[in-house]
Amino acid sequence: MEPFTKIRSIATPLDKVNVDTDQIIPKQFLKLIQKTGFGQYLFFDWRFQSDGTPRKEFVLNHPKYQGSKILLARNNFGCGSSREHAAWALLDFGFRVIISTSFADIFYNNCFKNGILPIRVGEQVLQKLFETDGEVEVDLQNQAIRGDGIDVRFEIEPHWKKILLEGLDDIAATLLHQDEISRYESSHRDMNPKSS
Amino acid sequence: MLNITEKILARASGRDSVSPDDVVFANVDKVMVHDVSGPGVLAVFEKLRKNGVKIDRLHDPEKVWVAEDHFVPAADKISAQNVVLLTQFTKDYGIRRHFKYGMGQYGICHTLSHEEAMVLPGEVYVGGDSHTNTTGALGAFAAGLGHTDVAYVLLNGKIWFKVPETLYFKLNGRLPEYAMAKDFILKIIGDIGTDGAAYKTMQFGGTGISEMSVEERLTLTNMTTEAGAKSGIIEPDQKVRDYLAQRGATNYREVHGDPDAQYAKTYEYDASEIEPVVAKPFSPENVSVARELSSTPLDKAYIGSCTGAKLEDLRAAARILKGRTVKIRTEVLPAAISIFRKAMDEGLIKIFMDAGVMVGPPTCGACCGAHMGVLAKDEVCISTTNRNFPGRMGHVESKTYLASPLVAAASAVTGKITDPRDLK
Repeated sequence: MEPFTKIRSIATPLDKVNVDTDQIIPKQFLKLIQKTGFGQYLFFDWRFQSDGTPRKEFVLNHPKYQGSKILLARNNFGCGSSREHAAWALLDFGFRVIISTSFADIFYNNCFKNGILPIRVGEQVLQKLFETDGEVEVDLQNQAIRGDGIDVRFEIEPHWKKILLEGLDDIAATLLHQDEISRYESSHRDMNPKSS
Repeated sequence: MLNITEKILARASGRDSVSPDDVVFANVDKVMVHDVSGPGVLAVFEKLRKNGVKIDRLHDPEKVWVAEDHFVPAADKISAQNVVLLTQFTKDYGIRRHFKYGMGQYGICHTLSHEEAMVLPGEVYVGGDSHTNTTGALGAFAAGLGHTDVAYVLLNGKIWFKVPETLYFKLNGRLPEYAMAKDFILKIIGDIGTDGAAYKTMQFGGTGISEMSVEERLTLTNMTTEAGAKSGIIEPDQKVRDYLAQRGATNYREVHGDPDAQYAKTYEYDASEIEPVVAKPFSPENVSVARELSSTPLDKAYIGSCTGAKLEDLRAAARILKGRTVKIRTEVLPAAISIFRKAMDEGLIKIFMDAGVMVGPPTCGACCGAHMGVLAKDEVCISTTNRNFPGRMGHVESKTYLASPLVAAASAVTGKITDPRDLK
């Protein structure tokens, strides 16, 4: 995965609470078996009318937010189905950061697994971000969000910070060392037969 | 002073004790994938291979089981292809427990988890589906994971968990005959909100739970997902033992919380005060007493899903529909073919058909808007399912009211939202 350091971009304000994963990527696209190319279906029913033409009023279609890498959303983002396609679609569309007051648990974990940084902030900070017009900078190393009149810290578990900063695929990393881990475990068992 | 969830996670990670927020590396006893998460997991396998990981076997294929439920019977060509992919997957990796659609036993994964005793008390069970929580009603730690995490468990047999805090919901007394577990869990979600249990466990107990059947308990744990919970759980008792014994499972190690188990918070409910309710569009937390919405016209009633099409759900619906006819399009889709058969043997299917209802095959179907009766623009449905987000059951401008099987059946008879007590 691409290492994550600083992201600077205009932030797309998605002013909705309880955005569930079926809004992020509707069920009809789950049947596809590849892991890439889901970006075109992101927020499909909100982005497009039934005849396929873009809905001009939807924030992602606004010219101002094209190329945005930061998504702002209201409380409980990513609730509902556990589909990892939601994280895949957001990433493929170009989002690397999602800022909200809270995330659903499975979605939150799925983000880190795919190189997206989900950030929990307080309600006042989120409101300020929604109101800001300029670019926003997310600095992972210093755990900071900066923008016009905004300079706040955010919390992240050290494990996830390391994974994102180094662009590690933690599962691949662990599995690549699986043989060594197994060898260690079995030699350990031989030495301590009762502990197995 | 450990509660059941802490004790299960301690045992699974080889520790004497754990506390909320501890991170443990737990051995997983069972893993489930279905026709959406299975292909998703295979996509993750492909990516891992590209990163140099050799994947030629699973950690333990005996711990893995597979269901076909979302897009079956094959909704279209891609769905059909996914089932072929799933079949190849179980063949390639030597997985014996694959519930193939149209062959012996089949149905919705969460229903098979208890109907086939795939998961046992005291176990750690994970699945590639958010409603994996359901099976916690048997006294297991049961949680849904994303595809990458499921892939990891399949290959490694273990997974990291942060030990969740537990919210304890105590039901005092027996639910009245017109109220069901569905009314209780909707009431709770209305009270605590759709993120009220975010990364927490919801445990249910009290005399009302002891009185409640295993199938009704499963409705409670199933919808803990809608409150954002990591898992839902109920301590196993004689009813669970009997339920599992009827399904041939007697060999397991139960886990119980200590008598002085600690909970982050305890909520108490008086069972006699639980009334028939519905959750209005577009969130399971928009809960109203059914009677307050009795003038709401409906286009359709849907009695299906892992939440609301177990045998007792069908019995409840049949109690209402017996000798009556429906006024709106109504579908009944039993959650597994074994339940369909029992319903047939008990005469329930005849009652449904006499009432003019369409009886369909077991599938997630329209619950997740996949197929088999999805909703058109502006259509209004009353449903025994678990979610009513925009577009969940079809068109993004359709509307779903969540309700118990009693309320859904009574509403099917009148064509409007109806409290079963008000049915003439």
